[in-house]
Amino acid sequence: MDVRALSGRPASEIRLEAALAGELEPADVRIHPDTLRAQADVAQRHGNPELAENLRRAAELALLPDAEVLAIYAALRPRRSSRAELDAIAARLAAAGAPRCAALVREAADVYERRRLLR
Amino acid sequence: MSEPPGLKRYAVLGQRAVSLDGFAAEDPELGLAALRSPHDPEPSVTIDGDGRVVELDGTAAADFDVVDSFIARHGIDVQVAPEAMAMPDADVARLAVDPSAGRADVARLARGMTPAKLARVVAMLRPAELMLAISKMRVRRTPSIQAHVTNRLDDPLLLAADAAAAVALGFRELETTVPVLGDAASNALALLIGSQVGRPGALTQCSIEEGLELDLGMRGLTTYAETVSLYGTEQVFVDGDDTPWSKAFLCSAYASRGLKMRVTSGAGAEVLMGAAERRSMLYLESRCVALARAAGAQGVQNGGIDGASVAASVPGGMRELLAENLLVMLHGLESCSGNDTLVSESDLRRAAHTVPLALAGSDFIFSGFGSVPAYDNMFGPSNFNAEDLDDYLVLQRDWEIDGGLRPAGESEIRNVRERAARAVQAVYRDLKLADLDDGRLQAVVTAHGSQDLPDGDPLLALGAAAAILDRGITAVDVAASLARTGFAEEAERVLAMVRERVKGDYLQPAAIFGEDMRVLSKVTDPNDYRGPGTGYLPGERRRAEIAAIRQQRSVADLLAEQARAAGHLVIEEAGPARAGADAREVVVGISPALGRELWLTLSGLPVGEALRQVIAGIGEEGGTARVVRVGSTIDLGLIGLTAARLAGSGIGVGLQAKGTALIHRRDLPPLANLELLSMAPLITADMYRDLGRNAARRARGGRPAPVRNAYTTEAITARYHARAVAMVAVDRRASRPGAPPVDVRLSWRD
Repeated sequence: MDVRALSGRPASEIRLEAALAGELEPADVRIHPDTLRAQADVAQRHGNPELAENLRRAAELALLPDAEVLAIYAALRPRRSSRAELDAIAARLAAAGAPRCAALVREAADVYERRRLLR
Repeated sequence: MSEPPGLKRYAVLGQRAVSLDGFAAEDPELGLAALRSPHDPEPSVTIDGDGRVVELDGTAAADFDVVDSFIARHGIDVQVAPEAMAMPDADVARLAVDPSAGRADVARLARGMTPAKLARVVAMLRPAELMLAISKMRVRRTPSIQAHVTNRLDDPLLLAADAAAAVALGFRELETTVPVLGDAASNALALLIGSQVGRPGALTQCSIEEGLELDLGMRGLTTYAETVSLYGTEQVFVDGDDTPWSKAFLCSAYASRGLKMRVTSGAGAEVLMGAAERRSMLYLESRCVALARAAGAQGVQNGGIDGASVAASVPGGMRELLAENLLVMLHGLESCSGNDTLVSESDLRRAAHTVPLALAGSDFIFSGFGSVPAYDNMFGPSNFNAEDLDDYLVLQRDWEIDGGLRPAGESEIRNVRERAARAVQAVYRDLKLADLDDGRLQAVVTAHGSQDLPDGDPLLALGAAAAILDRGITAVDVAASLARTGFAEEAERVLAMVRERVKGDYLQPAAIFGEDMRVLSKVTDPNDYRGPGTGYLPGERRRAEIAAIRQQRSVADLLAEQARAAGHLVIEEAGPARAGADAREVVVGISPALGRELWLTLSGLPVGEALRQVIAGIGEEGGTARVVRVGSTIDLGLIGLTAARLAGSGIGVGLQAKGTALIHRRDLPPLANLELLSMAPLITADMYRDLGRNAARRARGGRPAPVRNAYTTEAITARYHARAVAMVAVDRRASRPGAPPVDVRLSWRD
C-alpha cells in the first residue's frame, strides 16, 4: 500500500515534475499521523514500547504547525514557564487531540514544581 | 646532597607522546571514577500496588530529581523489574555474553533493571567479554559508520566535495557543524547536496543549538539529528537549558516531521561541569541511557564524545567508554559509538581505544570519523581523521572486519568532488544564494582541506544562510533547483530523502539507507549473532572490496614494475660451466630469474649494477671474475656454494635477484658462508663492491673484515616482505631442479 503524506498525496507522487511545477506544498512532504501510528505498532512489536509511545506522541504533533511545536519545546525548557502557562499548553494540546503530549506537559509541570524549575 | 644523575631511559620515555596526556588520580569525590564509586547507590526498586515506581536505586519518590522522576515514570518495565532485579549481577552479565542467550531476551530483562543495576552488570565484563557482548547485542546486523564533514571556512563547495568523497568511501551518515552559528543553513544545504552525489541515501545532520537544529530538520535541509544531549545529573541538565521532559518532547517533535533522531550523552560531561554528585561515570551514563529509552529515542551517541578524555584520564576509563556503548545495546537502542574525540596524543593509545569496538562491530563504529583533515574538524579532531583513512582501511583488511569503509581510487574521488562542487555552485547561483567562482571550485576539487583554498569572502556563507532561512528554502526547492541546473540524478536523490520522511521506515532503531535505498534497521536487518558462524559476515564481494586497498600489489604488478628496468643487462648463455683452474678466479653465481624477469633488487638497484660492482671489486683486489647462472635452485647458500666449487680459488659469490648476496667456500656446508649481506633493501652499490673485494682477498688466502649489514629501526619486513615473496616466487618459477650451471657473458646497455 502506498503511504500518504499529510496532505493525502501518495508518497509515490512526490515527484520531480511536481516539485519543478511548484505543486509540492509543505503538507505534501510531511509525514501523516497514521503513518507514525503504524510505525509505533512496528516499534511495539520489536521490543521498543517507549519508542512506540514517542511515535504516538509524534502522531499528535504531526498536525501542529512548526512554530507551535518549537514554542512548546521552548516552554518546556527549565524556568521558562509558570505552572499556569504549562497547564494552559496542556489544555490546548488536549483540546487539539493530543492527549499524550498533554499528559507529558502536565507531568513536567508537576515535577518542575517540586524541583523548582518553574518560572 | 645533590640529586643522583637521571636515568637516560626515563628521559627517552618522557619524550614519548603518551607523556603529553593528562592522567588523573582516581577521586570519586569529584566523579573521577570510571566504573564504580563508593558513592554509587545500591541497585533497588520499589513498586507500589498501582504499578508505580516509588523508590529507585535508594532514592524515595519524594526525593527524586528530574532524571530519577523521568526514569521512574517511563523507564522501568514494572512487569519485568521484580524478576530482573532479583537476578544476581553475574547471571545477567553472563547472559549478556552467552551467545546462546537471545538478544531480545537479554534486552527484555534490561527493561526491568535500574541504572545502578545495569551499571554493575556491565562493569563486571572484562574487555574481551565486552566485545563479545557488543557483537551480540548491537541491534543492527550490518555495521556502519558516520563521518564528520566540516571546515574552518564553512565553504559550501568544500563541504559538498568532502561530503561526496565521504559517501564514496562508504560513510552512511554525515555530520556537520559550524564555527559560525549563522552559517548553519548554508552548511546543511551544501552537505545535503554533496551527500547525494555518487550514491544515494546517506543521512545528513547539522549539529547546532537544539531549536535551530529542529528548524533545519523541519525544512528538510537535514535528514536526521543527534545533538540532543542528555545528562546524568539534574544540575548539569538544567545548566544545559533542558530537562528530560523538554528532551522527550524534542524526540517527538523530530519524529512528528518524519526525522530520524538520536540523543547524545557520554562520560565526563558531569565531571567537567563539576556536578557529578560523587558518582562513577558509568553509573551516570547508565542513567542517561535509561533516560534515552524512557524518552522514546531510537538511539544514543555515547562512549567517546566530548568528555571522553576525562574518562580516559582515570583507571579503567577506556573500558568504561566501551561499556557505555554496550549499555545502549542492552536497552535495545541504536548505538552510535563515539570514537569521535581524539583521546590521546599517542597514536598507539588512540588506536587502542578504537580497535576493540571496531573488531566487535557496531551500528556506527564512529559517531564521527573525521573525514576531513584534523585542522578542519570543527568538532575538534576526531580519534581518526582524514590522515588516518588508509590506516583504517588496512585495519579492516587485516582483521577481515567490516568497518563500513571501502578503498576508493583517486579518479573516483576527483569525479565526485568535482560533481558535488559543481552542483552546489549551480544551486547557489540558481537560488541566488551566492556566486561561487570556477577558480575556487577547481581549488576545492584537489584540496586536502581549507588550507589549500584561497581566501574567500568570509561573509558568503552567512549571506547564503540568511537567504535560505528568510526565503524558507526547503529540500523540495533544492531538488527542483538541482533538476533545473542539470543535476537530475542528485535531484531525484534529494527528493527520495523527502519521500522517505513521509514513509517513516527510518524512524525504527538503527536505520540507515543502503546504497540501494533499502532501509537497514533493527526491524529489517536485525542482528542475529548466536556464536561462531552466525551474525554479520562480509559477503564475497564486500570481502574483495575491503581487501583491494590502493597499496595492494600482485606478482603481476611486481613484474610490470620490474619490466621498466628490463634490458639494461644482457646475459648470454655460453655453455655448461666447468671447474676453473686459475687460483685467482672467483665465480659469481646468479639466481634463475636475475636479468630475465627480475631487474631490480629490493633496494631499487638494477641487478646489472649490483653485478658490475661485485665484478669490479673482485678485479680491484687482483681477482678474476666469472659469472655463472645457477638455474637449479633459488637457495642463496647453494648458489654461492655451486659458484665456489666451480671457482679456481674455491671462493664463490652468490647473488639473488632480490639483492641478497654472500661469499661461500667450496669446503663449507651449504648453509654456512663466509659473509652474508642479508638485508637486501639496504644493500648499496658500495657494499656490493666491498663484497667483491673481500671475495678476491679471500681467494688470495686473506682474512678481511666482513662487510657489515646495514641496520635500521624501520619496519623493514613490513616494507619489503610482500615484494620479497613475489620476487622469490618469480625466481622459483624460473628455476629448473637438476639444471647444470651455465657460463654467461654479460653486456651492459646503460
